[in-house]
Amino acid sequence: MNNLADKLFSNISKLVAISVLLLVAWIFTTLVQNSMESIKALGFDFILGNKWAPNIEKFGALPAIYGSVISTFIAMMLAVPVAIGVAIFLSELAPAKLKTPVGVSIELLAAIPSVVYGMWGLFYFVPIVRDIFGGVGISMLTAGMVLSIMILPFMAAVTRDAMNTTPDILKESAYALGGTKWDVIKDIVIPYAKAGIIGSFILALGRAIGETMAVTFVMGNVHKISFDLTKAATSIPVTLANEFNEADSGIYYSSLFELSLLLLVVSFTIISIAKFYFLRRKRIA
Amino acid sequence: MTHTQKRVFINNAVMVLSTLSALVGMGFLLWILSVLVINGVEALNLNIFLNEGAPSGNPDGGLKHALIGQLYLVGAATFIGVPLGILAGTYLSEYGQKSKLSETIRDISDIMMSAPSIVIGAFVYAIVVHPMGHFSGWAGSIALTIIMLPIILRTTDDMLQLVPSTLREAAFALGAPKYKVITQVVYRGAKAGILTGVLLGVARVAGETAPLLFTSFNDNFLNTDMIKPMASLTVTMYNYATSPYEDWQRLGWAAAFILSMFILILNIIGRLFLLKKKGR
Repeated sequence: MNNLADKLFSNISKLVAISVLLLVAWIFTTLVQNSMESIKALGFDFILGNKWAPNIEKFGALPAIYGSVISTFIAMMLAVPVAIGVAIFLSELAPAKLKTPVGVSIELLAAIPSVVYGMWGLFYFVPIVRDIFGGVGISMLTAGMVLSIMILPFMAAVTRDAMNTTPDILKESAYALGGTKWDVIKDIVIPYAKAGIIGSFILALGRAIGETMAVTFVMGNVHKISFDLTKAATSIPVTLANEFNEADSGIYYSSLFELSLLLLVVSFTIISIAKFYFLRRKRIA
Repeated sequence: MTHTQKRVFINNAVMVLSTLSALVGMGFLLWILSVLVINGVEALNLNIFLNEGAPSGNPDGGLKHALIGQLYLVGAATFIGVPLGILAGTYLSEYGQKSKLSETIRDISDIMMSAPSIVIGAFVYAIVVHPMGHFSGWAGSIALTIIMLPIILRTTDDMLQLVPSTLREAAFALGAPKYKVITQVVYRGAKAGILTGVLLGVARVAGETAPLLFTSFNDNFLNTDMIKPMASLTVTMYNYATSPYEDWQRLGWAAAFILSMFILILNIIGRLFLLKKKGR
């Protein structure tokens, strides 16, 4: 009886664990299958074409890819310096009394749903961008900025965790040699935690590129490559969120699936690089 | 300027800059939070909990349909995702341990935790919505389950590994079979940790919007039949906020406030559990 129960328990749990792998394989194959029609019909024109016009069945994803890259780039450029500042503040500067409350509130802010950030962006940030930079306010620039604010708490929290891995004894030795705080940060903490810090940034990049709701509100879904950042634009997730329910033809669906596949492959790659090359078994995130 | 003065100057400059960036970062986040609280509290009233959606202009419009829909969607996902996640996590920690299979499952789950959720929505659309021919509450719940699974799996795995092996050995020495050791000794030792994982997993999927857009879709009226499209707080929030009607936008803020508070409370409770455990 016990023997049977034992076998049952171990085999069922093993089955469930393996099903996680199968699930991921299933996701990939389903996306590939559903993209086949568009892959066959459009080939590389899909990625290189810059005209997305469902009414005449033209599907070029370049504007969406361009939008994803640029909005994420803007977000990273803005968020990285602030995140480093916040992380230095939290791990080296803040008095002990402030460390925990500020640190915890940053972690809690990372838990606020991204749709709330998007809503805030639409009602409060769009008018500001419109007044300062001109245009209608719904733009690539707004999307990048809202995205940067959305990923900031996550980025700051993991960067701080990486910095906190530096053993106190190393820092204390440097202080004993007469180093200033900045000396300790730049010569001890940053070199020690370098891999972890870079890993955190790449992980945040992987999240930013797949983020949908924070940007859908403020980007406009306009399939046009424009170097003017104050113009409305689109990105891969924004296109998916806006058009999945409208798609009416096989090839339209198929090309949306191909966009999903592209997004999944890109973020899988970025996240894997962060996790396995930089963060390895440390599992700080 | 002497060398020392220069070093002190640079040091002070960096200190000021990083404190400043912490202030800027916190400032933005406080701004969002205060906007959320002010607009949310202003829009809250009893009708929101008692009434279903109404056409714009009708002052009696509420969020009952979305609140109940959200409970169904997240509840079903929790009901399926939690036992599966705990079982899989148990396998990794207690049976697979450091085997190649276990390590692969851990790695893949880690990646899945950060993978774009809208892609999960597309996947569920292909396997559930398309064959069924229409959107449904179940499709939304399945998407949320897929997102929740790796989170529960990884926290269970981590938390079970924290249970000292001497406890297991003591139980084995008493002649207990392995499944009894796991269910009656290891699970008890890791109770607080597993519960925290569940709370954080629920909090995480409760805020998901993207995977619901084309799975559970939306419904402006109360529906408790999960075969049909179902309202959720997040999708309702999105639809109302992007509508041109001010009263709908107000309801959107109320939804945002209710949901965010729910998620923050779950997070805080989860943290308290962990703290309590550490304190012992």
